[in-house]
Amino acid sequence: MISAALVMLMIPGLALFYGGMVRRKNVLSTLMMSFILLGLIGILWVFYGYSLGFGPDLGGIIGKLDWIGLRGVGQEPSDIYASTVPHLSFMIFQAMFAIITVALWTGAVVERIKFSAFLVLAVIWFTVVYCPVAHWVWGDGGWLANLGALDFAGGTVVHITAGMSALALALLLGHRKGFNEGEPMEPHNIPMVVLGAGLLWFGWFGFNGGSALTSGGLAANAFVTTTVAAAAATITWMTLSWINRRPSALGVATGAVAGLVAITPAAGFVEPIMAIPIGVGAAVVCYYCMLFRIKRRIDESLDVWAVHGMGGMWGALATGIFATAAVGGADGLIGGNAMQLAKQLAAVGAVGGFAFAATWVLGKIVKETIGLRVKTDEEIVGLDIAQHGERAYGGTMP
Amino acid sequence: MKKIEAIIRPEKLGLVRAALDELGIRGMTVTEVSGRGRQSGITLQWRVGEYKVEFLPKIKIEIVVLDEDLGKAIHAIIRTAKTGERGDGKIFVLPVENAVRIRTGDEGESAI
Repeated sequence: MISAALVMLMIPGLALFYGGMVRRKNVLSTLMMSFILLGLIGILWVFYGYSLGFGPDLGGIIGKLDWIGLRGVGQEPSDIYASTVPHLSFMIFQAMFAIITVALWTGAVVERIKFSAFLVLAVIWFTVVYCPVAHWVWGDGGWLANLGALDFAGGTVVHITAGMSALALALLLGHRKGFNEGEPMEPHNIPMVVLGAGLLWFGWFGFNGGSALTSGGLAANAFVTTTVAAAAATITWMTLSWINRRPSALGVATGAVAGLVAITPAAGFVEPIMAIPIGVGAAVVCYYCMLFRIKRRIDESLDVWAVHGMGGMWGALATGIFATAAVGGADGLIGGNAMQLAKQLAAVGAVGGFAFAATWVLGKIVKETIGLRVKTDEEIVGLDIAQHGERAYGGTMP
Repeated sequence: MKKIEAIIRPEKLGLVRAALDELGIRGMTVTEVSGRGRQSGITLQWRVGEYKVEFLPKIKIEIVVLDEDLGKAIHAIIRTAKTGERGDGKIFVLPVENAVRIRTGDEGESAI
């Protein structure tokens, strides 16, 4: 439950991380998209999401609705999941994962999406994309779980799903006005980004450590690998940034998140020292994916695809490479088990492909019905005033 | 030499800048200002209910131009900053006695 609370703090942390990176006229709208999900997905998860994700299996694809409205989910531990904690604790821990996964892809749609369309999209995306994928990988009887693909804390379920969906939505939504004309999209508050990254790092101890589902050796392993990978990625990103020009604060904050993403699937399967190559690799992969994205002039505004999609894929594959049976019961490539890497590849491909395709279709439906974007005038004025009737930094000098 | 002080809608800055660029007027000073004219304030929301902001955010552009460019510059600003609604702003024109480029010490028209 403490871990659930830690993960909960990641959501406002993410809001600050994203909120600082947009222009001043859109900061509230960006914060709002993460924060409202604490309400929206929080309710839906309890109502039917948990049952779809973790309820009794239906063909390996989805959970049945037996646990709708938390029927049968009580104070006693579940016989299937997390036998050492109350079933309700496991359920609410998982709720936070569902919320943050939806919040992650908001980084792709900032500064131009219509708030009403966002809410509709969030609900159907959560139902049609997140819940099935959570079931495949973590649900009892899920087909990727049966295949033996490893995902300790959600590298596949959370990060690849969010990252690939972000790319699909950015392509559907189109670039922000002025993006192609070279207008500066200057982040309006980098201290906010750094604070957000700090809160994410803090919360990630719950995200990964809590995924051991019991305190003890495995949780400690996950805790340590988490911070080691983040540290390695932070230093690596600083170095890349320095070689290019100067060591950037925004870059270092991004590097930390890239490392945290990559260690997520591996945290309970690799030895702490192996978190170093995973973190270094994460920074390199994400850094160059970001350059590629900019070069292709795709306005995936806050690089959810580069950091979470590609960082998540690297992490999932790295789990198949560096896993050690002594830590989490499975060997990877280095331990002589090449099959594990193949299984990881299958999971990455299936989840990434499904997330991209399904999100594209859902986004297209919303686009053709109620429309995804605000009017051009509203976009120029900024979403804070236009969509929310508020401004972030009010007041005039006396 | 004349100084133009133009108070415009913040969202029009990009268009105005581009139009002045086309005239070869590149140097400008831009300030975020708050003020009021005939446009009544805008209404924003508080936790519950609303409040009115009396001083509205505007952008002030200051440029100094040669006398012969004045008409074109004013026209360019009007053309790009106008919506026809209240709150489009104002343009003030002031005489300029002298200008000095600090780096070189150049004075007068060659300094702008």
